[in-house]
Amino acid sequence: MEHTIKSKKEPLIHITKRDAMPLWKAILIRVIAVVIALAVSALLVMVLTKKNPGQVFTAMFNGSFQTPRKILNMLQDVAMLLCISLAVTPAFKMKFWNIGAEGQVLMGALASATLMYKLGNTGIPNGVLIPLMFIGSILMGMIWAIIPAIFKAVWNTNETLFTLMMNYVAMQIIQICIATWATSGSGVMGVINSMNEAGWLPQIFGTKYLLNIIFVALLTVFVFIYLKFSKHGYEIAVVGESENTARYIGINVKKVILRTMALSGALCGFAGFLLVSGASHTITKELAGGMGFTAIMVSWLAKFNPAIMVGTSFLLVFLDKGASSIAMECRLSESIGEIITGIIIFFIIGCEFFIRYKINFRSSNKEVAK
Amino acid sequence: MTKFVQILIAAIIQGIPLLYGATGEIITEKSGNLNLGIPGIMYVGGISGVIGGYIYEFKSVHPSNEVIHTILILLIPLICSLLGSLTMALIYSFLTITLRANQNVTGLALTTFGVGLGNFFGGSLLSMFGETGSIALTTTGKVYRTTLPFAHSLGPVGELFFSYGFLAYLAIIIAVAAGFILNRTRIGLNLKAVGESPATADAAGINVTRYKYVATCLGGMIAGLGGLYWVMDYTDGAWTNNGFGDRGWLAIAIVIFAIWRPYLAIPSAFLFGGLYILSVFIPGLTPAMKEVINMLPYVVTIIVLVTVSARKKRENLPPASLGLSYFREER
Repeated sequence: MEHTIKSKKEPLIHITKRDAMPLWKAILIRVIAVVIALAVSALLVMVLTKKNPGQVFTAMFNGSFQTPRKILNMLQDVAMLLCISLAVTPAFKMKFWNIGAEGQVLMGALASATLMYKLGNTGIPNGVLIPLMFIGSILMGMIWAIIPAIFKAVWNTNETLFTLMMNYVAMQIIQICIATWATSGSGVMGVINSMNEAGWLPQIFGTKYLLNIIFVALLTVFVFIYLKFSKHGYEIAVVGESENTARYIGINVKKVILRTMALSGALCGFAGFLLVSGASHTITKELAGGMGFTAIMVSWLAKFNPAIMVGTSFLLVFLDKGASSIAMECRLSESIGEIITGIIIFFIIGCEFFIRYKINFRSSNKEVAK
Repeated sequence: MTKFVQILIAAIIQGIPLLYGATGEIITEKSGNLNLGIPGIMYVGGISGVIGGYIYEFKSVHPSNEVIHTILILLIPLICSLLGSLTMALIYSFLTITLRANQNVTGLALTTFGVGLGNFFGGSLLSMFGETGSIALTTTGKVYRTTLPFAHSLGPVGELFFSYGFLAYLAIIIAVAAGFILNRTRIGLNLKAVGESPATADAAGINVTRYKYVATCLGGMIAGLGGLYWVMDYTDGAWTNNGFGDRGWLAIAIVIFAIWRPYLAIPSAFLFGGLYILSVFIPGLTPAMKEVINMLPYVVTIIVLVTVSARKKRENLPPASLGLSYFREER
């Protein structure tokens, strides 16, 4: 009797948690996932465009590398996505689900744009104006991030939903500012200070965006060291792993949450500063273009490691640009880039399961029982 | 008076897609799954219906019987839409429930994916069939917009209550049914238990995985209908890329505003729908003031979220396990 019940109840698959997996094996699983994802995407592109794989690859490569200008544009996009990914990482590592990076970047950008617009014609030298914009952006990003953090710390308000809503409040504030400033009623801000280039980051070696790229490279090193070797980084890791453990060993959890969110927001604000001062020289509510959300996926895919983030943000930007250029060639919509981004992320987050868990089949269990 | 009725009607029309999204998300969240992919699912719900409708309206042989033709023109987009959003919800469920992936990341990826799918097919469907122009399913749109025959002969009252296509009434029926099931049935009780504490529900013999799957898939399908309503009824069968805008996120805001209650979601959706278009009806507004009005829904939602968390009344809080995946052996 007991035997029949047991054989009936024992499920076909039984899942257990792994202790740890050798690094090479974990990397192998991820590589396999990326390869499968790329194969699926390639297949999709081939079906939709009716081109052979060689043509698809050439067109994708051309999308990012055809001309020096395209390379530079791609590097700028990688730099901005990487910058925002670095910004969201400390909070995410702490398991504080801040999905408000979009809004924090936009508020930083707005601070820069406001200062550019208001002080641009007062004859203030760039040596003063640019640092002012820098500080303003960082402060605004910080404020926008710390508001949800305060409510989380005091009343345990759900931070995911709060930060999500803050994005749209930020977008509307930008719309209000544009509606007030753009007196023509066009609803478009246009390039600010195009005559005297006040508040524009200088071009070094005559190359656009180069300064942005250098700043983000430095930031990558800073965040890597901050998370890996500083006391703050250690506290973030402990709070992320287990809040109770953190409390037990005497870490002030609320303080860490507030401090980390302030840092996250400040870095987002910095990204906004780079976007306005170093690239677009204008402000729209689409300035961040959804990068605040994509950055979360970049950071997550890289397991919060800034060095790997360079690779993941490069991969996503490359695929997006490549897919868009194929689509343009075939007179299809550029949105195919977003579809491919989605597929890649589905595969990579799906493969995490096989790294964290082990699947045991029923037959193998019985052998063990013998 | 007529102007007031006009505003109410416009608010309801705007509110219907939001209501679908909100009802779907409430059912999903009650199972503990925070599906941030709802905006993407709504796009897919819309575009799947468009693809089905396009192929039927322009690329198929129509039956000679007028009644069967009307039924098909109604059912094909509806079924396509449901299947499209079901597929999306299944991707989310498989990743977060079976593979226990992070819900926030999966949801955001699903939204990227879904909006991409919608805009891709919206922008390329015609060129795939070797045509140019933009998608306009006028015949399908007309069928979806069919109102009761006496709607326009009853004056303002008739206009207010009877002047919508059938999907509008379906939205309210689904919301009421969801409210009834959540509040009055054993299934609803079990579902809420799964969302509050999956380990407890599991110990009580509730199949946590099944509840989560069914709730997430049903929720996704309901939300997808919001996209279908928008493209077939509101825009008369014409698809514009990104035309649906950020309504999906507004639907998630309504879930909070209605403190996770389907009954409250109905007036909330109409209120938010009204705020969405209020600026059109107020004469003499400066452009800046219009944007201030557009900001109101989000600000109000934040205020509700904070108030609810500050008052800490159990029945008003989000489901306790919202956003966390459940693994039986991890306690």
